[in-house]
Amino acid sequence: MDFNDTPQEADYRQQVKAWIAANAGAYLAPPAKPWALDDFVARSKAWQAKKHDAGYVGITWPKAVGGQGLTPMHQIVFNQEESRTHVPTGLYSIGLGMCIPTVFTHGNPKVAARYVPKALKGEDVWCQLFSEPVAGSDLASIRTKAVKDGDEWVINGQKVWTSFAHKSDFGIVVCRTDFDAPKHKGLTMFIVDMHAPGIEVRGIKQMSGGSDFNEVFFTDVRVNDTHRLGEIGDGWKVSLTTLMHERLAVGGKPRHAPGYQTLMSVAAGIETDTGPAMERADVRQRIADTYIADEGIKLTQMRALSALSRGAIPGPEQSISKVVIAKTMQDMASFALDLSQAQGLAVEPGSDLEKLQGSYMWSAGLRIAGGTDEILRNIIAERVLGLPGDMRPDKDTPFSQLKPL
Amino acid sequence: MNFDLSDDAKTLKEAARKFLDARAGPPVARKVMDDGLTYDAALWAEVVEQGWPAARVPEAHGGLGLGADEACVLAEAMGRSLAPVPLLSTMAAIEAILLAGTDAQKAHWLPKLASGEAVGTIAWAGGDAKSPTAMPDLTLSGDTVSGVKSPVTDGLVATVAIVTVASADGPAMAIVSLDGVTREAVETLDLVRPSAKLHFEKTPAQALGTAADWVKLTEQLAVLAAWEALGTADAARDMTVAYAKDRVAFGQRIGRYQGVKHKLADMYILSELARAHALHGCWAWSAGAAELSQAAAAARVSSLDALKFTAEESVQLHGGIGFTWEHDCQFYYRRNRQIASSLGSRAHWADRLVRALEQRNRASA
Repeated sequence: MDFNDTPQEADYRQQVKAWIAANAGAYLAPPAKPWALDDFVARSKAWQAKKHDAGYVGITWPKAVGGQGLTPMHQIVFNQEESRTHVPTGLYSIGLGMCIPTVFTHGNPKVAARYVPKALKGEDVWCQLFSEPVAGSDLASIRTKAVKDGDEWVINGQKVWTSFAHKSDFGIVVCRTDFDAPKHKGLTMFIVDMHAPGIEVRGIKQMSGGSDFNEVFFTDVRVNDTHRLGEIGDGWKVSLTTLMHERLAVGGKPRHAPGYQTLMSVAAGIETDTGPAMERADVRQRIADTYIADEGIKLTQMRALSALSRGAIPGPEQSISKVVIAKTMQDMASFALDLSQAQGLAVEPGSDLEKLQGSYMWSAGLRIAGGTDEILRNIIAERVLGLPGDMRPDKDTPFSQLKPL
Repeated sequence: MNFDLSDDAKTLKEAARKFLDARAGPPVARKVMDDGLTYDAALWAEVVEQGWPAARVPEAHGGLGLGADEACVLAEAMGRSLAPVPLLSTMAAIEAILLAGTDAQKAHWLPKLASGEAVGTIAWAGGDAKSPTAMPDLTLSGDTVSGVKSPVTDGLVATVAIVTVASADGPAMAIVSLDGVTREAVETLDLVRPSAKLHFEKTPAQALGTAADWVKLTEQLAVLAAWEALGTADAARDMTVAYAKDRVAFGQRIGRYQGVKHKLADMYILSELARAHALHGCWAWSAGAAELSQAAAAARVSSLDALKFTAEESVQLHGGIGFTWEHDCQFYYRRNRQIASSLGSRAHWADRLVRALEQRNRASA
């Protein structure tokens, strides 16, 4: 058992390290203050273009679509080295992590060829238009409709929680194309131009204060049939491709998010009624609990890396990552804020407490996004333990015949 | 990156699982309990024949010279099967001698323990020693020890004990033949694995290593106990998943209900976290890494959490039948307490984990 790179991985890591050291510039240190959105977008585009020109994007994608045709381990090595820096991240996670793989897997090759290179370079930002006000976890219940009109489809409806729609150039949208089929069988996926006539993007303000996601309204939006992804009626199957990539994209702990070390650091500075916080059993237990969850997930991910390194498929234990990380983040932040008493309430920019307050607010969303805690438990129970699926009274009824409650 | 058991250990794991699936399990544990036995002698003879007590003993002393990976998979298999034999106690005594024994002590004891001729155990609890690192009230004066140790796991079966005694630097070990030592059965919550009260009266004893050796031994044993707990939790969870797929209520298999299904998912989550830490502990032990203090503590704490939740909720998910004497749930429910109590509590080890982290932070400051 060891934690070492294979010789090939070590070679690649050396290359990546050297390139990052020579090119990451100011990003080697944390930013003095958080970037405003437009600044973040500009910086993201610049960094993506740099990575693209150096051959560090689409690392695992086939060369035929503009990728490097390398292994998951190469991508992981790159990600590990990049995470040591403070480069802007997040703008392309959905586009390159989820949308574009769906495009080159299920799309018309000529159409894919128009979009994939520009996405890789970071010139286009993509969003994923799945959830609707009536359908989040129950994605197959969506109502946004696409009706065929000659060579085009006309889309009407509404999507919600669309991250970065306000900065996106294109998106993939799942629509209902057959209302007489049972819910899962009447869906079709399309590429949509986010600047097309009839698309209106409205920001949603998050509980945490920011506004990273949106409602997107479709009024008679036209999409050519060449922009369909997969067959008519295959939208559910195509969505599963996207969602599978989503689990990989959303799974890990956010970079630079506070962990047990932050809790120890905060506790070290607190004197409670019964003595120094670090000498209290409840504080020490909580540090231990946080370490066990966070490091347990890191170690679980190392098991996956070991499998990938051997060319094997990681085991099902990877499914525990997000469900553990999100709740642990919330519990730890809550505890740290409790420990800080009144100070835990006041927001002091640049402090450790501010990081924890941010973590506390953000974790509530993380427990929901990318698969809720409850859905993830269902997935573990059903796909890993083989337990029967939930009762679905609406599964086989033609969608148009489903009666609202 | 190769964060996984060695191929040899995986092979042993499969072989041990196959053997114990056939020869052990709840019915075999139940028989020992029903017949009032301290262990299954026929099974022990077969386990000895498999060479498992010899696993960690160096070839020079008649053993197989295997590593931590193999010890861990044996512990896991034993945990899973509830096999009523004193293998893990014997392996613990072997680790103590490997770690801290003089050449003469190794030459004397290891061959006997490897061959099954001697059965070993660790005797630390008793008197004021509430945790493994609290000062014991026995002392090694001259060449003897006097006093009481209780409860001692497999104390009715063992022929040699590693006994903790007070020393200037904290608890240290002495190796004591149990020939002629008065032992009483101690009733415990675990009705399959027996415990004893050992009365030492000027019993001949030899110092074994230092106080630092005892601390290190507890860490290695914590890793082994974590693997045992993992195996026990897996067995309990598998039994409960099977029940949930079969039992019907309100016209559906109960595994369909989220109240049931989510608990089982939580058992899996806790076990996989524990497995990651158990692997880390195995690595640290095997590599002689400084991280052993932190890794062993995390392995113990996380495995106790997994086993506790699993054992308790297994009864719950079986409903009324899970609470009966006849059902196997009780074996896991009781074994959970035995594992949790016999090497220092969750709180003790959580504190040791944090101390290790504090030490690491100071060292890198």
